[in-house]
Amino acid sequence: MPVDVLIVDDSAAIRKILQRVLVQAEVPLGQVVEAGDGVEALARLKETKVGLILSDINMPNMDGLQLLNAVKADDGLKSVPFIMVTTEGGTSKVMEAVNLGAVGYVKKPFTAEQIKEKLAGII
Amino acid sequence: MTHEQLTQMIGTATHDVFSTMLGIELEDGESYVDDAPPAPAEGVLALVGLAGTWAGSGTVACSATLARHISGQLLMQEFQHVDEEVLDAMGEVCNMILGNVKTLLEEHLGPMGLSIPTVIFGRNFTTRSVAKSQWSVVKFNCAGEVLEVHLCLVPSRETSVTHRHPAVLSLNNS
Repeated sequence: MPVDVLIVDDSAAIRKILQRVLVQAEVPLGQVVEAGDGVEALARLKETKVGLILSDINMPNMDGLQLLNAVKADDGLKSVPFIMVTTEGGTSKVMEAVNLGAVGYVKKPFTAEQIKEKLAGII
Repeated sequence: MTHEQLTQMIGTATHDVFSTMLGIELEDGESYVDDAPPAPAEGVLALVGLAGTWAGSGTVACSATLARHISGQLLMQEFQHVDEEVLDAMGEVCNMILGNVKTLLEEHLGPMGLSIPTVIFGRNFTTRSVAKSQWSVVKFNCAGEVLEVHLCLVPSRETSVTHRHPAVLSLNNS
């Protein structure tokens, strides 16, 4: 069954690459919604119901951890799987994301295989 | 941190980003410590700030030709000019390289912050650090052009996470 996905990253290049990698990883993609930061992501989530969120951490206006916090605080969104895709590879950031409820963590640079492995069992 | 340690971290991070995300195996070029301000340059320069117990700036710079090639490999399309997409792609390449350097640095220096990248494209611009510190410079050869990664890192005067070490860019009028 196709999965609608929200990709959140301040780099349009990374949003484009992630979309390509999801196809390479044979994810049954439905609608792909993009946002450039956490604020924009929350606005998109009010308009569109998605089955997966992939988000960067380091973004302007509202970062990925703040977005994750807001998603988990919303009864209508908290069950949506949330995966961090970021250069922030430090243990403290990983632990913070996991403690806030992220189901996975992919470090940039990434391969399609790594994304596929991370999504196995989630969607 | 020594120049040798920084050089090794830059090398590891840059090779990893290029081989994984772009399918490009870079050739190592020279590496050295630069005391003098860099000469006026042209092309694309992406810059991020690092902050923590040590703070500084990191840059990734190359010609417009190489920036178009790198962006083309990353996004799987051809670019005839340096446009918004190329600048965005170069900012992300810089973010990934220096972000991975930051992760390696954190093993020695504790948690650090990384700024959102700034990208400059032009001719005859000069970069310098207000702190007048040394830059570790690592060069790589790619598609007949040179990619340069510069990193300037010094101990913070305070342990609080603040941007104490901004880089400055000036455009020459000549």
